[in-house]
Amino acid sequence: MGWESWLISTFARALAYGTPLLLGTLGEIYAERSGVLNLGIEGMMIMGAYAAFVVTSKTGQPWLGVIVAAAVGGVFSLIHAFASITLKANQVVSGLALTMLGLGLAGVLGRSWVGLPLFTPLTRATVPGLSAIPIIGPGFFTRQCLLAYIAMLLVPIMWYILFHTRIGVTIRAVGEDPATADSLGVNVARVRYLCVVVGGIFAGIAGAYLSIYYRPAWTAGMTGGIGWIVIALTIFAFWNPVYGLVGSYFFAALYFLAYRMQMWVAPSILKAMPYVFAILILIFVSRGTLQKRMGAPAALTLPYTRGEE
Amino acid sequence: MMSGSMTDGTEMKTAASPSDCAIELRGIVKRFPGVVANDGINLKINRGEIHCLLGENGAGKTTLMRILYGLYQPDAGEILLTGVPTKIRSPKDALVHRIGMVHQHFRLVPTLTAAENIILGLDEGTGPFLNIRKVRAKINKIANAYGLAVDPQAKIWQLSVGQQQRVEIIKALYRDADILIMDEPTSVLTPQEVDQLFSTLRTLVDDGLTIIFITHKLDEVMEVSDRVTVLRKGKVVGTQLTSETDKPSLAKLMVGREVVFRVEKTPVHRGDKLLEVTELHALNDRGLPALRGMSFDLYEGEILGVAGVSGNGQKELAEVLTGLRHATRGRVMLAGKNVTNHSARKIAAAGVAHVPTERITMGTVPNMSIRENLVLKSYRYPPVSHGMFIDYRYAKQMAQQAMKEYQIIAPSDETAVKLLSGGNIQRLVLARELSGDPRLIVAAHPTYGLDVGATEQIRQILLQQRDRGAGILLISEDLEEVMTLSDRIMVMFQGGVMGIVDGAAAKIEEIGLMMAGEKQGVSASAQSTNAKVA
Repeated sequence: MGWESWLISTFARALAYGTPLLLGTLGEIYAERSGVLNLGIEGMMIMGAYAAFVVTSKTGQPWLGVIVAAAVGGVFSLIHAFASITLKANQVVSGLALTMLGLGLAGVLGRSWVGLPLFTPLTRATVPGLSAIPIIGPGFFTRQCLLAYIAMLLVPIMWYILFHTRIGVTIRAVGEDPATADSLGVNVARVRYLCVVVGGIFAGIAGAYLSIYYRPAWTAGMTGGIGWIVIALTIFAFWNPVYGLVGSYFFAALYFLAYRMQMWVAPSILKAMPYVFAILILIFVSRGTLQKRMGAPAALTLPYTRGEE
Repeated sequence: MMSGSMTDGTEMKTAASPSDCAIELRGIVKRFPGVVANDGINLKINRGEIHCLLGENGAGKTTLMRILYGLYQPDAGEILLTGVPTKIRSPKDALVHRIGMVHQHFRLVPTLTAAENIILGLDEGTGPFLNIRKVRAKINKIANAYGLAVDPQAKIWQLSVGQQQRVEIIKALYRDADILIMDEPTSVLTPQEVDQLFSTLRTLVDDGLTIIFITHKLDEVMEVSDRVTVLRKGKVVGTQLTSETDKPSLAKLMVGREVVFRVEKTPVHRGDKLLEVTELHALNDRGLPALRGMSFDLYEGEILGVAGVSGNGQKELAEVLTGLRHATRGRVMLAGKNVTNHSARKIAAAGVAHVPTERITMGTVPNMSIRENLVLKSYRYPPVSHGMFIDYRYAKQMAQQAMKEYQIIAPSDETAVKLLSGGNIQRLVLARELSGDPRLIVAAHPTYGLDVGATEQIRQILLQQRDRGAGILLISEDLEEVMTLSDRIMVMFQGGVMGIVDGAAAKIEEIGLMMAGEKQGVSASAQSTNAKVA
């Protein structure tokens, strides 16, 4: 196989597998920027996957499935928002609970759907013009899911909102220093609720992508730990949507390469590679952030109560 | 009751005219668990004046202003703005009524730019979008009008404390504040920055703003205010025209008794060289250089004061000397022995006491009892412990004696430290650190946040230790404290020594220039150029 086709297939797989990572990461970046760590990504994702599969199977409308998945993810995230923002519960515990609840609930509800084929998955599309670029074109813009392109387009939009609009300033202020934001009349709880729900919606859509496009079938636990990789990627991305895109595709490419290299290296080692890589990146990033003030939002995981400083 | 106050004829006569009165507070009461912070406060602030609120820590000044700014709700009483009873439920309400507040601890988001901090929470009719060019233009206009130079694009953490304060003032002015509350604004500034701030405040008042200035420093009251209201224990004890009062009578009102301003100090009896620091380098928490080649000596029986604007390496210096931070280069000799980078325990055992800046987080274990906190250093050795067991009866005796000697007031030696007042906690820290007669005492901000009485007492204790022959390194941002207590004064700037001057002969201008980064000696020629600028 020539290096060109090898590169093209790597790009194509990176985009295909990287899209749910990217969607989840974009959402988690917003939640964490507002100061709420949501470890429930996996749970929200699988609830979205389940909802999308069921709706699409029953109606034959995959896009309706995507919309319902987004709504389910958003509503499901409200559990975490209520516990951690209103009740000021420990965010780690509440997020973990959400993941377990989601995995369990989807597993039980989906029992009768296991093994059924999906006749109307999301369709593929080719971007006119861009697909003509050598290597990049066939790699990234040919016969991919429309959601993959949407996710890509969302990156500059989410970046612009976060760093160049009033909304973004408010979100970052709430995540860094809620007392200050509060003293200037910002409704801290509302901003946090909105950001957590945005995270839920994105995770729901990522789930839909998995169950009605990537592997158009339902199996319990089909998200397979993607939600956890999202948590790591959020840190890797320095809470910035642009780096989120780089990280998601890069990680997905590594994942794909691990498969391709099974001829030479023991598969179990290769399978561990992306995760080893994630740990290395986290160590590296944590060392770097100390010095550059690019670290986690200062109020991440800290509930806010007026007058308590 | 409402109608009574509205038609109250006598009230009208005492005020110059109702429109002159920008704010009137009537019978404000605010209780916190166990304390009445404000106990029926009546206060009138005239339009266009600088009104000082003077009082000791805990007198209720900040609480009162937080009520006015909507951060707290009063339990009783009412607020009248230009004669109209008004409810201020939140800071947002306060901003609507054009009240701005510059907090003692700045309310700025460190990772956002100055401009972003200034527009945070505002709705300027552009929806979610930011017209950053227009924002910057407005900021520059305000900055130029009032001498508040600041770079709108700089991130807050990159700015000096003085610059951050300017951002805070611009933030209030950007929101069209016409009443500005300043909570202890000078505590973090160099003398030059204080002068600059005062001139800004005067320009603002000339433009018709009203300023409420919270302070516990009498000099500032005399210098900047038109009128002054003194608070004591949550009550107003008097309001006076500044021109008709003086420092001693204000001090008497504030404390409730006569205050001795001069600390009685015996002449210094310098002993042998105790501490020799050579070319010391260290990094701060962010891994950036905090100490850059510091060298100085400290002798037995003297107090070496360390002056400087906070964040110039004082904290790191104290930590390196007490073994809490690694020195990257250089040498620390204690009585001829090299103790560079020895562990905190070894250094403590060599006779170094540490009174840390953070008396609650670093100086004590707040959830543990007074008794346990008092033996935190000696618990390992007899007679407090035998093998792995602690002799609690002995510890109790020791604690009760220390409580008597250092006047730590608490129900019992088993009271948790977190329940004590600041003064009591600081006395406890001193009691523990000074037991066993240390040779070197590193005291960082020993009287920070304490009231006048406790401050006096702690200064006396330090002087006693000096007379006993201990060497004391006194790090403080309170220049007055450094100047009254020190035998020599060392000025730090960006991790280096700008100069060491004799305590008795030191001039505040000279120290101020060194705090701003002028090396000693250069200052003489620099002073003339500086005078021109001013």
